[in-house]
Amino acid sequence: MSSGHSTYTPKTGFGRWMDARMPLPRLIYDSFVAYPVPRNLNYAYTFGGILSLMLVAQILTGVVLAMHYAANTEIAFLSVEKIMRDVNSGWLLRYLHANGASMFFIAVYIHIFRGLYYGSYKAPRELLWILGCIIYLLMMATAFMGYVLPWGQMSFWGATVITGFFTAIPLVGSWIQELLLGGFAVGDPTLNRFFSLHYLLPFMIAGVVVLHVWALHVTGQTNPTGIEVKSKTDTVAFTPYATVKDAFAMVLFLILFAYFVFYIPNYLGHADNYIEADPLNTPAHIVPEWYFLPFYAILRAITFNIGPIDSKLGGVLAMFGAIAVLFVVPWLDTSKVRSAVYRPWYKLFFWVFVVNAIFLGWLGSRPAEGVYVALAQVSTLYYFAFFIVIMPVLGLIETPRRLPNSITEAVLEKKKGGKSTIAPAAAE
Amino acid sequence: MMLERMRKGMLNMKLLLNGFAALGLGLLTAASASAAEYPIKKPVEQDWSFEGPFGTYDRGQLQRGFKVYREVCASCHSLNLVAFRTLEDLGYSEEQVRALASEYEVQDGPDEAGDMFMRPATPSDYFPAPFENPQQAAASNNGAYPPDLSLMAKARTAERGFPTFVFDIFTQYAEGGVDYVYNLLTGYEEDSQGHEIPEGTYYNPYFLKAASLAMAPPLSDGVVTYDDGAPETVDQYARDVSAFLMWTAEPHMEARKSTGFVVMVFLVLFGGLMYLTKRKIWAEAH
Repeated sequence: MSSGHSTYTPKTGFGRWMDARMPLPRLIYDSFVAYPVPRNLNYAYTFGGILSLMLVAQILTGVVLAMHYAANTEIAFLSVEKIMRDVNSGWLLRYLHANGASMFFIAVYIHIFRGLYYGSYKAPRELLWILGCIIYLLMMATAFMGYVLPWGQMSFWGATVITGFFTAIPLVGSWIQELLLGGFAVGDPTLNRFFSLHYLLPFMIAGVVVLHVWALHVTGQTNPTGIEVKSKTDTVAFTPYATVKDAFAMVLFLILFAYFVFYIPNYLGHADNYIEADPLNTPAHIVPEWYFLPFYAILRAITFNIGPIDSKLGGVLAMFGAIAVLFVVPWLDTSKVRSAVYRPWYKLFFWVFVVNAIFLGWLGSRPAEGVYVALAQVSTLYYFAFFIVIMPVLGLIETPRRLPNSITEAVLEKKKGGKSTIAPAAAE
Repeated sequence: MMLERMRKGMLNMKLLLNGFAALGLGLLTAASASAAEYPIKKPVEQDWSFEGPFGTYDRGQLQRGFKVYREVCASCHSLNLVAFRTLEDLGYSEEQVRALASEYEVQDGPDEAGDMFMRPATPSDYFPAPFENPQQAAASNNGAYPPDLSLMAKARTAERGFPTFVFDIFTQYAEGGVDYVYNLLTGYEEDSQGHEIPEGTYYNPYFLKAASLAMAPPLSDGVVTYDDGAPETVDQYARDVSAFLMWTAEPHMEARKSTGFVVMVFLVLFGGLMYLTKRKIWAEAH
């Protein structure tokens, strides 16, 4: 997966035999040992590794859960409770899997924000970025279908509402919705196809992850300065440097994960999902999982008609648009400078964007009434303006700070700066 | 049972199809305007033996709570997900559980003649419901179906609001459901604010969905006899039965928290070692 020529030399007879026939050890060596990474990567760059770990963890717990789960509306809810009560360590598996989904999204959001901050999507890494967006989309589909499987009240009504979005699409909308549901309403066919797809999609994610990593290893990683690697002193070998740093970050992340699993396993879920799905009883408050809330807020922010587009279709378009706009970010950003470190204005707008996204999430959890609607509209406006107006315009008018000549220079400058600020304190 | 559920499912489907066209996306915006009004009072947080990272169930309390369930709640509420065998977790011996189970009758069969028959329950059986089906339960309870209690302590929660919900992460507050149950059971009072109370319902400011609910105040002082000297008051009954329902909802909580402690200690130590390794390796890079 690595560009550049290989430095692998097999040490044993078997190694040479293997290398001449199928050089898998060479591929692994080149990709995960000798592969050069910029020496100035900070901890924001460890989330790729964390995400790989989470994908594997979700697949492993998921495969075992699937051995005990029954995708049948009559018994799905009971089979999950059976896992919680009678399967050996079933409670652990299920809590790991349910909270693992949330942790997966926490990690992916940090990963995406890191990309936006350091301009990781800019040429020549557009495809890398787009592959990442595809993974994110697949993750959303997987998570949504997974949430339906326990067949609680929120599973059922969440599925009803979200598949209902598709009816807003003119002409083919109802057809798409019926195809998704396998009927006219959420029922047994829906649960079965969601289970099937929920099992399939993670392997598709794994496939796209391979492409994502491949593309990464062709262009090499970006780094906080945004300056491309120029000489050998700019980089360190992936192993042991990045490996050990990633591993440390993974342990920290696992502590967070374990904290939720063992102490507040239901914090990120909905109490309503411990009530079996009842098609005749609508919950007072239908809310999706927390990681969908910003998009849910955007959906509900469009309460007005725009020409021939009624508010319903407008909301759905805005919601999908909020994700679609990510795909074209590499071409929306006109800045010559990659990293926000050297872009004071972009840095400001970026952090406002982060706060705004979290705020949108909170609004998504509120009922769509009164002041919340107006706030969601303002927030939605900023969400889109950030991509469609600020990114292209700011790149043209902003005066960036002076860039260091190389990564090595940036590292040395930082060290010197660090020392000089520490020195007076030490003198006391 | 299966057939009955399927029939119900078909009926539901028909009703649903009728309603569906009208429902559509309107559902989204309709997502309850009343959500903010109730509960009238937020549940008051209680002290529980099982809260916090080292929390454990108080066996005596669980046994008392079980007694309250058996003698009061069980006349209307089922406990479908709880098997008699799991009662050993409450501190009962195998013999006690067997004797306890045999006090219940469960349906079995068909026998050789093809007939269903009743027999005393064994530890592997589940608590039989006090009614044949939800419709029957509703019919004998003024039209309101008394919900199954197995998961009640996790299936209800009053909204925490900002910023409390953020603090809850750090205080490990996971007792929203059990606090709600306790507050509901002890919260019946005279309505002083002139709410509209439909006939056959009882005012309770802690109820999540409305100002009143169909369940009459179920507890009164002295209604259950305790043999361990605990006070025989509504407050104590409510506290005990809430704790019992926390156990029915989360029977492996103690294993979860004790495993969690080991996992945390391991991860922190492992993380420390990883950090030192990382420092040593990177020291050579600069």
